[in-house]
Formats: sequence, C-alpha cells, structure tokens
Amino acid sequence: MKRFIGFVTKEFYHIFRDKRSMFILFGMPIAQIMLFGFAITNEINNVNIAILDQSKDSETQKIISKISASPYFKIEQQLTTENQIEAVFKKGSVKAVLVFEKDFSKNLQTRNHSKVQVISDATDPNMANTITNYVHAILQKYIVELNKNNQPINHIQSQTQLYYNPELKSVFTFVPGVMTVILMLVSAMMTSISITREKELGTMEILLVSPLKPIQVIIGKVFPYIFLSIINAVVIVSLGFFVFKMPIEGSLFLLAFESVLFIVTALSLGILISTVSNSQQTAMMISLFGLMLPVIILSGFIFPISSMPLPMQIISNIIPAKWFIIIIKGILLKGVGLNVLWKETLILVGMTAFFIVLSIKKYKIRLE
Amino acid sequence: MKTILFIIQKEFKQIFRNKGMLPIIFVLPLIQLLILSNAASFEVKNIPFSFVDNDHSKVSRELIEKFKASDYFKIIDEFPSKNKAVAEMQKGNVDVILEIPVNFEKDLIKNRGTTLSVSINAIDGASAGIMNVYISQIIAGYNQSIQPQLVQYNYGFYVQLKNIVTIPSFWYNETLNYKTYMVPGILVLLVTMLTLFLSSMNIVREKEMGTLEQINVTPIKKYQFIIGKLFPFWVLGLVILTVGLIIAKIIFKVPMLGNIGLIYFFTSVYLLVILGIGLFISNFTETQQQAMFIAWFFTVIFILMSGLFTPIESMPKWAQNVTLANPIRYFVEVMRMVLLKGSGFPEIKQHLFILFGYAFIINGLAVWSYKKTN
Amino acid sequence: MNQEKIITVQNLTKIFGTFTAVKGISFEVDKGEIFGFLGANGAGKTTAMKMLIGISKPSSGKAVVAGYDVVENTESVKKSIGYMSQKFSLYDDLTIKENITFFGGIYGLSRKNIKLKMNDLLTELSLQDVANKLVGSLPLGWKQKLSFSIALLHEPQIVFLDEPTGGVDPITRRQFWEMIYAEANKGTTIFVTTHYMDEAEYCDRVSIMVEGVIEALDSPKKLKEQFNVASMNDVFLKLARNVE
Repeated sequence: MKRFIGFVTKEFYHIFRDKRSMFILFGMPIAQIMLFGFAITNEINNVNIAILDQSKDSETQKIISKISASPYFKIEQQLTTENQIEAVFKKGSVKAVLVFEKDFSKNLQTRNHSKVQVISDATDPNMANTITNYVHAILQKYIVELNKNNQPINHIQSQTQLYYNPELKSVFTFVPGVMTVILMLVSAMMTSISITREKELGTMEILLVSPLKPIQVIIGKVFPYIFLSIINAVVIVSLGFFVFKMPIEGSLFLLAFESVLFIVTALSLGILISTVSNSQQTAMMISLFGLMLPVIILSGFIFPISSMPLPMQIISNIIPAKWFIIIIKGILLKGVGLNVLWKETLILVGMTAFFIVLSIKKYKIRLE
Repeated sequence: MKTILFIIQKEFKQIFRNKGMLPIIFVLPLIQLLILSNAASFEVKNIPFSFVDNDHSKVSRELIEKFKASDYFKIIDEFPSKNKAVAEMQKGNVDVILEIPVNFEKDLIKNRGTTLSVSINAIDGASAGIMNVYISQIIAGYNQSIQPQLVQYNYGFYVQLKNIVTIPSFWYNETLNYKTYMVPGILVLLVTMLTLFLSSMNIVREKEMGTLEQINVTPIKKYQFIIGKLFPFWVLGLVILTVGLIIAKIIFKVPMLGNIGLIYFFTSVYLLVILGIGLFISNFTETQQQAMFIAWFFTVIFILMSGLFTPIESMPKWAQNVTLANPIRYFVEVMRMVLLKGSGFPEIKQHLFILFGYAFIINGLAVWSYKKTN
Repeated sequence: MNQEKIITVQNLTKIFGTFTAVKGISFEVDKGEIFGFLGANGAGKTTAMKMLIGISKPSSGKAVVAGYDVVENTESVKKSIGYMSQKFSLYDDLTIKENITFFGGIYGLSRKNIKLKMNDLLTELSLQDVANKLVGSLPLGWKQKLSFSIALLHEPQIVFLDEPTGGVDPITRRQFWEMIYAEANKGTTIFVTTHYMDEAEYCDRVSIMVEGVIEALDSPKKLKEQFNVASMNDVFLKLARNVE
C-alpha cells in the first residue's frame, strides 16, 4: 500500500510541477465560462440594417422610428435604389434591408393593407429568421395600435409560464455544457497522454516490472486527474452559482456522485485511447479530433439534439457527454433525483464498464 | 535554398511514414466535417408538445389541430391534468404544455376574452424563446382565422382591419439551410486546428527527442530551418481545404458563388498566421503535452470568439473589439462572404491586409524568439 | 613541432541564476589530438562543451574554436565542427540513407558528393544490407557508429563527441575507439567527453573537471605519475576524494 501511495505522490508531483499545463487546466474552464457568460450568445443586439423607403410618408416615418428605437436594430444606412441592396450585402455592412413599398400610407387607407419587404442576408439563417420575426413583431404591435378602434373582443390571450429558467438566462445551458466538455476532455485527454508518455519514455516497463500490480499502476496514474477534475467541476459550478446566479435546485450529494461517475467514465475512455496509441502525438490527436468536436457538437451542449436529423440523434446516444448533460441539467435546474435519472446513470455506468473491459482486453493482447 | 529542400524532404517523409497519424490527419477531420455539419443547427424542430383539453369543444379541437399540423411540434400526448403533464416535463419527455380552460368555446362566442395557459421548458433559454414565438404565431393565426365567424355572432357585419404584411425574402440561402452556413465554418475550424496543432507539436517533438540540439549545432540558418519545417504543414492545410471544399460542394451542395482562387489565396496567407502562432508556441514549451495544451486553450477561445457558432454582432462591444485581433474571425467571414455571397477582392481586401500584417508580426516574433544559441 | 591550437579557452564561465556551472576555465587543445574532457556527472563538462559548440552563450570569458570566436562568429564555428550528441541524435523514423542525405544536405554537400560519401560510409560500416531500414530498428552500437560517421560527413576540422559510448558493450566500445583513432590519424581533432575512466587512457591529453573547475590537465601518463597511481580511474578517485 505504501508503494502505491508513493507512486501516486510521484504522479502528483509530475502534474503540479508542470506550471504551464496547470495554468491551462484551471484557466480554461474559467475562461470558457466567462466567455459564455458575457460574450457568446445568439440573441441579436444592435444588428445593422438598412432602410429603403420608397414612400417617405408619415406612416413609414413612424414605423421607422419604432424600429430605430428598438434595441435589436441599428439603422446603418438609408438606401435610395434597389440596386444598392446587393452591394451592401456583399460588403457585409448590413444584415437586412427593409423595403417599404410606394404609396404606403395611401394603400393603408384605401386598400387596408400595405407591404413591407424584409430582405435578409440569409447566409446566417438563424439571424435572418430572428430579424424577420422581430420586425414582424414590431409591425404587429403597430397594427394593433392602428386598429385600436376596431379591436376584436373575442381575443384569445395566452398566459405563458416559463419553467426552471423564467428569466431565460443562457447560463443555464452553458454551465452544464462547459462542465461536461471540460471534464470529458481533461480526464480523457490527460489520462491517455499520461499513460502514453510513460510508454514512449520507456518507464512503463519499469513500472510493470515493479511490485506494483498493473491495476495499481493504472489507478495510480489516473487518480490525480480525478482529483483535478473534481476541483474543476467545483470551480465551474461555483462560478455559475456565484457569478451568474445559476440555481442548484437538486441534491449536492447527487451532483457530486454523478460528476465523479462521469469523470470515471471519461478516464476509462482515456485509458482505452492509450491502449490504441503508440505515441503521445497519436493519443492527443485522437482525444482532440475524435473526442472534442463530437462532444461539443453532438452532446446537446450548443445545438439541441431534437433538431438534428435522426441519424445524428442516434449517434449522439453513444456520446457519454450527452447523458451527463441531461443528468446535470436535471439536478441543477429541475431539482430531480435518482428516481428520474436512474436510466441515464445506468447508461454511464454501463459505458464505463464497457471501456474498462475493452481496455483490459486490448492490454492483454499487447502483452502476448 | 537547397538546405530548405532537404528539410522539406525529410519532413514529408516523416509525416507519411507515421502510419498512426496519417488517418488522423486526413480521415478524421473529414469525417468530422461530414458528421458535424449535419448536426449543427439552431433550428428548433420536433418540439415535444402535450396538451390538456378541459373544454373538448369543436373550437378547442380545431386549435389543437393547428399544432398537430405544424412542422415545429411533435405531439406527444394528451394529459388529463396539468400536474400529470408537468411531471412528464420534469422527466424530460415534454417541453410544452398547452392547457385549454373549461368553457373555451363558450367564452369566445359570448364575446368574452379567454386565456390559454402555456407552459414551456425554459432550461435552454434561446430555444424557449423561439418556441414561444412559434406558439404565439399559431395562436394568433388561429385567432385571426376565426374572426369572421365570431364577428358574425356578434355584430352582423364584418369590420375589415388594417394590416401590414411582412414579406420575408431570404437572399443567398432561400431554404434557410443551416448547413450552408455551418459547413464553411467547420471547414475553417478543421484547417485551423490541424495545422496549428501539428506545427506546434512538431518542433517541440524534436526538442523532446534531442534532434533539435543536433540541428542547432549545424550551420543551418534559422529561417531555413523554420521554412523547411513549416512548409509541409502549409501544404497540408491547403490539401485539407481542397478536400473539404469538394465535400462541401458535392455532399452538402454549398453554393460557391465567388472566386475559388481568391479563397486559396486568402487561405495561403491565413495559414502563414496560424503556422506562425504554432511556431511561437513551440518556442516556449518544453514538452509536446504543453504545446498541445496551449494550442488547445487558444484554439477554443479563438473559435468561440470568431463568429463561427454565434454571431459577432451579438457580442457586447468590448468582446467585438477583442475579436478584431482574432485571425479566425477574418477567415470565417471571408469564407462565408466569398462562397455564399460571391464577394470579391474589393470586399475582402481589408481582411487580407490585416492578415498580412498579422502574419508579418507573428512570424517575425516567432523567428526572433527561436534561439539556436541559448 | 609547433602545434597549432584548434581550441583556445580563456576564463570561460556559465552561470544559471545563482548556480555557477562552469567557473572560469582556461585550456587549449592542439590540432590533431584526441582530447578527453572528463569529469563526474554534474561537474560541468557538458555545459562547457555546449558553449564550445555554440549552442550555449557564455556568461563571461572567451573561446576560440577552429579559428572563430564562439560568441562573435557562432555560425562559422558550426560550419567547421562536427557533433555527436549524447542521444546519438539521428531520426529514428528515417532510414540510414535518408539520415545521411539529410545531414549531408544541411551541411551544404552537393547531392553528388553525398552519394559518394554515402557509399563509402555504408561500405566502411558494412551497413549496405540495411541501408534502407529505419534507424530506429538498429541496435544501439550500430546507431552510435552511424552517428559518428554522419558527424564527419562534411569533413570538419574538429569533432565533438558527448558521451559517445554510453550503454554499449565493451567490444563495441573498443571498435568505436578504433574508428576514433582512424579519424585522428587523418588529422581531425577529437574532443570527447566521457565518464568512463578507462577510455581516458586512449586520449592524448585529458582534463578533469570537478565542480566547474579544471582540477587536472595533462597526458594520462603524466597524470598517473603526478598522483602516483596506476590507472586513470585512481587519478579520478583521488581528485574526487579531495573534494570531499
């Protein structure tokens, strides 16, 4: 046992002495949370648009001033002809052009309807859609005002209740997401590199020849990263809680348990990677290219899984991160317990077992 | 000059001989391009929808039909009570609950306003907002459509309301295909990551192995060594770009309106910047692991702040200013502008000049900080 | 015979922070001699050598190698010297031929010249059959001899060998020294560091560094007389004991 502790201590020294890597290990999650909290969002704000007013009458002026007053839009330019539209789009100076038809007010009076074209640069379809929707909403409000003397009384109202996140804060999506990504990457990547490095340097053989059992070697290598990942998880949740006022509705104990479980899943994945890598470079590349992008994109972290085409949804099921995000969101934001999350938990346990068994098999083949 | 050729020859041999790395360099990124472009989308679809109909009237059924007919919603079930539905939301099985009150039809006909209850799972704030918009649109649409019938019950004549019609027109991407937007972006991501990581780790590897010391004792000049080392990765970057563009065109049918030559020219300059950063990183790290970590750190931050996933216009002012120093931002913009809008040299020349300047500075710094003598 | 000096060192010093690794050493090396640069691990001999081959900048002092000052004309020094590092730095993932081509090219040899030298080298070392094998698959002794030969491709005036015989069996070591003799006979100066004291016997002159200072410098024969011992090993032990 003492040998084992000595071994683990050596591993800790390795890690803590590498100041640059330490800085990144702890700095990265903090930087990401800060970025997501303060800079990364899909909401539109002060989007540059242009107006082509072919009527220039009192109605159009009123509408334009309403749009100008909206925090979503910034009227960058007034165009004079339709030919100019293509140029401003190509240059990228505005994201949309609102075109008011000729005789706008007159049409409104005589025919009871007039048209506004919302021409948007749809290279970013999301932005284009959002802009169109927001303009539509502003116009709808204006229409209600126009018709206030003829208001239909039989009006269906709706009262909307937003569950779990009434202020629609985006922090609630990304804190679980960042936590998942960081835990997965750090644990899997670091473990695979650490083990492969000993192989590369040749010191792995020394360890295997020593009285330490192979299982002790693996656990010893992996143990410091469990510790580091837990610290990372605590930092991330704390940042979310204290800086961004994210709630922690559920049991802290369950949160800790599930986090450790996920860390172990990630670590076992790292071990598996190390069995198929002959060099550090390979291990790193597999971790990065084989793990990072799929985790970020297919786990439901940024892009909702329900919006993906069916084959992608099926593939996302083999990504451990996907299940962990469900668990984390459930505990933090819904306050649910194991009775609801047992399925996801079991899946993680199963994946861990699978990775470990596979690693052992590969390892044995090597020895022979 | 000849010396450089010798180094380039050696580097290419080493890259191709590394059987483990070759599939990773070529195959993995392209698989990512294929898979991830299909998955990346902010569209909100297949929203799990449930309802509680306390009225069971013709009107309530009509309203529910509207939701059933909508592409956005996927009807999960009808529940006898709101509590049961909320329990399902708790479990994650539904995201929207529409509760129709008793006397819904009667109240509408009797000229009284009536209120529906809408409950939305708002954990994903952005999606919830969009769901709300869709729901409001359907309800408003239904309200509008039954006005003539309702008015008949009450006034006997039909008052025409004023209306302003918004006609949306989506340029460059009529079908609002999110892939068209994401594929060029993901391609940028892959080219960047690959060249940055490989170049930074490559030099550090020689440090770790000891061959760097051997090289430093030879009369080889700094610039010869650096050019020789980085050139293969520059070529690699362009190769990945080519394959990626082919995939984009053939499989994803991404429009390519602009001049492809311009893309190649721009990418060539961009790669100089990335390789310079890789070199710079390798000068300050001792192990491959450190080099990789630092490269990873900067990649993630730069990518998040590049406008690839979320628009730069949505960022607060200070963040937007910070992105001005981010080379990836310019590459993403140019890729999208040239491919999807057909922008030409005049529109991107500012981007080009900035990247040229960047390449000059970062490579200068990197070469200067590479010391053959300690 | 007036021996031309190929290395002149005056008060060479290297300080790392608060630790002085090389404390103002001075010595000279004659052209064509086999000069052994000895010392225990950590005595400072590798640090000193790194200054002589131009990859470490002296904190103070002067050194002239092959007629060039190591600080003022570092690159010219590198053109005139050969180097075999402690790790025998060849590229494991390149073949023997490819390593030869690469290093020959770096030193500015023409492709024709490289081909000629390659044939000579392969014949001399009897490596023709494995010329297209990866260096990584070679046994240590072969790598070592190959490293040495590659260091000499560009026919430098002086070649620096850093612990060249670490980890190989005595027979291979003997063979290696025969190669060194052969080279020295051609007029090439050999500057070799080692902590194998028996190898010290093979050198023309030997210097022994202890804790950053040269405690002894002379031919092996004269040193044994001076310290009244039978072998270089004993000379070294005597010096080391003095330190304690």
